[in-house]
Amino acid sequence: MVTGWFAGEGDDFTLLGTRCSACASVFFPREDSHCRNPGCDSGDLVEIPLSRRGRVWSYTDSQYRPPSPYVTDPELPWEPHTLIAVELAAERIVVLGQAVPGVTVADLAVGAEVEVVPGVLHEDGETVWTTWHWRPTGVTA
Amino acid sequence: MTGEVAVLGAGMHPWGKWGRGFVEYGVTAARAALADAGLEWRDIGSIVGADTVRGGYPGYVAGATFAKALGWQGARVASVYAACASGAQAVAAARAQILAGLADVVLVVGADAAPKGFFRPAGGDRPEDPDWLRFRILGATNPTYFGLYARRRIAVHGDTVEDFAQVKVKNAALGALNPYARYRKPVSAEEVAASAVVADPLRLLDICATSDGGAALVLSSMEFARRRGVAEPVRIRAVSTVTPTYPNTVLDLPDIATDSAAAVEPATGTFRASIARAAYEEAGVGPEDLSLAEVYDLSTALELQWYEDLGLCGEGEGAKLLREGATAPGGRIPVNTSGGLASFGEAVPAQAIAQVCELTWQLRGDAGARQVEHARVGITANQGLFGHGSAVIAMR
Ligand SMILES: [Zn+2]
Repeated sequence: MVTGWFAGEGDDFTLLGTRCSACASVFFPREDSHCRNPGCDSGDLVEIPLSRRGRVWSYTDSQYRPPSPYVTDPELPWEPHTLIAVELAAERIVVLGQAVPGVTVADLAVGAEVEVVPGVLHEDGETVWTTWHWRPTGVTA
Repeated sequence: MTGEVAVLGAGMHPWGKWGRGFVEYGVTAARAALADAGLEWRDIGSIVGADTVRGGYPGYVAGATFAKALGWQGARVASVYAACASGAQAVAAARAQILAGLADVVLVVGADAAPKGFFRPAGGDRPEDPDWLRFRILGATNPTYFGLYARRRIAVHGDTVEDFAQVKVKNAALGALNPYARYRKPVSAEEVAASAVVADPLRLLDICATSDGGAALVLSSMEFARRRGVAEPVRIRAVSTVTPTYPNTVLDLPDIATDSAAAVEPATGTFRASIARAAYEEAGVGPEDLSLAEVYDLSTALELQWYEDLGLCGEGEGAKLLREGATAPGGRIPVNTSGGLASFGEAVPAQAIAQVCELTWQLRGDAGARQVEHARVGITANQGLFGHGSAVIAMR
């Protein structure tokens, strides 16, 4: 589903994007077929790790259970999750992701620093689906 | 500037949750628009439908479905899909046919029977579809994007949730005066504040519902209108259907990330602002010429954003404009006199057409208790998923 969107463990975990070898445009989710810069003749797209830390552009939460294809257990009460849009300075891109479980909107502020960490999207008896989560670093200025 | 087309007729099916099929809503709206124009269905040379989904492949239908329901009569037909901008693209297609001399008079119809609850992508495993991905990976519903925009406005511009609530109060008061609106009761700020949080900081009454509904227009050449004895019709002067400019740096539904600005400096102004700018340029008017605006208030906070994107005020001044009463009835530039999506809810293929219906009634002076005095110029603004712009300028 998201093959090649992230890699690594622990402190080495990063989101993976691609960069155009001709114009240096960065793409996430990865763009592997053609550069989308209209002024570019299109070079090769090379995989790159994205910055691990960024600043909160905005945030919200999901107080109601999202519909499928989001996977939740309808037997369990809905636990709202928090969503954070994060500005990565070097790439000049904003990337949306869920916050690590337990982080609520009360813990966040626009401009605060967060870092990317591995997380579990969901799991069943056979498979654990990994995803990326944003975790506040405690740096707020 | 391009040529003008006349709006000879406008019609709607009342919006709500009626539990019937979209064809019925569309046909009712179409017959109302035809009656308003004083024309028979057989007089229509072309029909353009804004698409909806009917179960099963291919399932995206509109123009021919309405033509069959009205009775096959051999009209030229087209159907368009552009998500929430479908209605504007249907108007654009009809206008292009008229200006090209392919048809004298065109019927434009959009209708939908909305599913219950959140909008969601079509079924199946479709990881090539950004709309499917944002639900699957993030559980990011439409309201969560509205929540992100609202929180950002609070942080950057100092808007408050009380400002957002006042947008609902304004629009609900107008919707109460509109016989086609789904919600026809005034709402107080206290009621907004007491409604459940859906996506922080937005509450249930900050976010538009999903609805059934239908809307239709009869458009013609100016010459056809004159022949019919309509000397001073409402005229469509511009239809903006622009796409964004790379890099699009404001997070948009249904995307998980923005374009990166690492290699190319973003254009000045956002995609939404460019939608309006294209319409102003085509019509040869500016925000100072407007008598009213119908904007896409998916959320209360988003309406404030549109004030700025339409140039009704400077950046960050949307809430101030609202507080001054400028966008309320009797104000300098009333916004969402129909009651907006706050009062109608979303019936996706119909809503951009419904916006033009409201402009038509206002510009004719037929808007009853909602009437904006001396209305001469109006704009609609909307935005479709996947990079579809939508704005229409009409004048009298
Ligand atoms: Zn390139």
